[in-house]
Amino acid sequence: MAVTPAAKLDAQKLRADFAVFDEVVNGKPVAYLDSASSTQKPRQVLDSMREFYEHSYANVHRGVYTLAERATAGYEGAREKVRAYINAPSSREVIFTRSATEALNLIAYSWGLENLGPGDVVVITELEHHANFVPWQFIAKKTGAEFAHIPIDDLGELQLDALDEIASRGNVKVVANNLVSNTLGTINPVEKLAAWAHEQGAIMVVDAAQAAPHKKLDVQALGCDFLAFSSHKICGPSGVGALWGRRELLEEMQPFNFGGEMIRSVSLERTSWNELPYKFEAGTPAIAEAYGFGVALDYVSEVGLDAIEAHEHELVVQAMDALAEIDGIRIFGPPADRRTGIVSFELENVHPHDVAQILNWENIAVRAGHHCTQPLMTRLGVAATTRASFYLYSLPEDVDRLIAGLHKVKETFGA
Amino acid sequence: MSDLDQQMYREVILDHYKNPRSHGVLEPADATAEGQNPLCGDEVSVYVRFDGDVISDISFEGRGCAISQAATSMLTEIVKGRTASEVATMPKDELLDEIGIPLTPIRLKCAILGLGVLKVALHKAKGTPLPEEWRGMDGDDLTIG
Repeated sequence: MAVTPAAKLDAQKLRADFAVFDEVVNGKPVAYLDSASSTQKPRQVLDSMREFYEHSYANVHRGVYTLAERATAGYEGAREKVRAYINAPSSREVIFTRSATEALNLIAYSWGLENLGPGDVVVITELEHHANFVPWQFIAKKTGAEFAHIPIDDLGELQLDALDEIASRGNVKVVANNLVSNTLGTINPVEKLAAWAHEQGAIMVVDAAQAAPHKKLDVQALGCDFLAFSSHKICGPSGVGALWGRRELLEEMQPFNFGGEMIRSVSLERTSWNELPYKFEAGTPAIAEAYGFGVALDYVSEVGLDAIEAHEHELVVQAMDALAEIDGIRIFGPPADRRTGIVSFELENVHPHDVAQILNWENIAVRAGHHCTQPLMTRLGVAATTRASFYLYSLPEDVDRLIAGLHKVKETFGA
Repeated sequence: MSDLDQQMYREVILDHYKNPRSHGVLEPADATAEGQNPLCGDEVSVYVRFDGDVISDISFEGRGCAISQAATSMLTEIVKGRTASEVATMPKDELLDEIGIPLTPIRLKCAILGLGVLKVALHKAKGTPLPEEWRGMDGDDLTIG
């Protein structure tokens, strides 16, 4: 991993921005190890949203009065921040959605329904989150296209040697993959997949929900056609996400939702669509949330994505080393240098839900379950795992507490 | 950690989890059903034999958290010898009293999974009514959550 020594962040100092850590139980704050699910919010984001609601709030785009102008400027300013964050060529290609999930559904419905049919192949991977799996499975069934998956090896890495066989099944039209696996933290070779997809004449759809908080993103360098991510995993509010798509594709696509804002003109006979990106933003959007999303992107950019990546890497190395010392622990996924700050594991003879319950007694928050990746769970031969995940505010002490907590679990279960 | 916390994994729960009663497949069975709790990935299948309307034998298989598996194990002890209609109308509190631990709303779903699956099995075999909370779940595949 390319890490510059200068890029170190001070997590202890950053924690002053997060009021949640002021709350202590038995003298200790929460060891919040569930950032892969959703991150905590810094006061900079919360304060800015309150300020926006109090002084710049109105509905966007149509009002001619000052408040509406301010609201529109705030909302459109956030769009530009999203564009810059992923190095997209134009902010007209950035669409605000409700979530990364909605962004992926938008592509599957608007692009997939029009462009897929019998003889076509939709390719996903065994690592996908259900959000980038189920929409494609559904649309493939509906259109008669084949639904193929790229398998993973025992380390949870994609087996790209399966691509030739997949290509032989028909016309590959879509390849959809997460840049980072939400369950294993695996960093996937999306550039390679995008190049292969384009050789097949297919589009490349990237679910960056789990990558965007932790890695510098550049849609042009990735070579993808669509990319989706959400605000709430990057210190921003929930309820808003973003879809980036190449303009030619977005322009050809039909709208996903219909209503106000997305039209150019409506008559009893016909309706024509508004220009990009408004064609895909029917109804009043999550205005203040989009604004807060932009502020959150400023916040993490100021901390520095290289610094965040390096910080998480240190924690994941610490966690994997310490977990490996515990009898009966099985760690899933690739080595630390090929993953982000996520560790999924199981403790022999104790269900992850029981692990998480007992860790909660010590005010340690981890996630237990299938992490919306049931095909991956099947491949790993487990019903569920326990997952610890880190972010810019995570501390080495959090990892120490996790390890001590796991010993408590073993003691309780006599495992 | 509070005393309340520790009660969750009291000895009887861990005993039923590690040494489940009536565990395995009954073949042939007069009634079966299976179900999942997608939250934890708990899975439970139940197998029932009748003598008339009375549950003469019952077993279960499954995997999942200690609460779901221990609760189902305890359930098999409670219902053996009762009639299908008695069990169909058995309130979940009777099982929860037997389990006797404080449960958060999320863990409550783990605890009553086995009871729900059993009620579905009885409904399929004997036409016993399914209470409101289990309606729409009378296929082979019970999912609560």
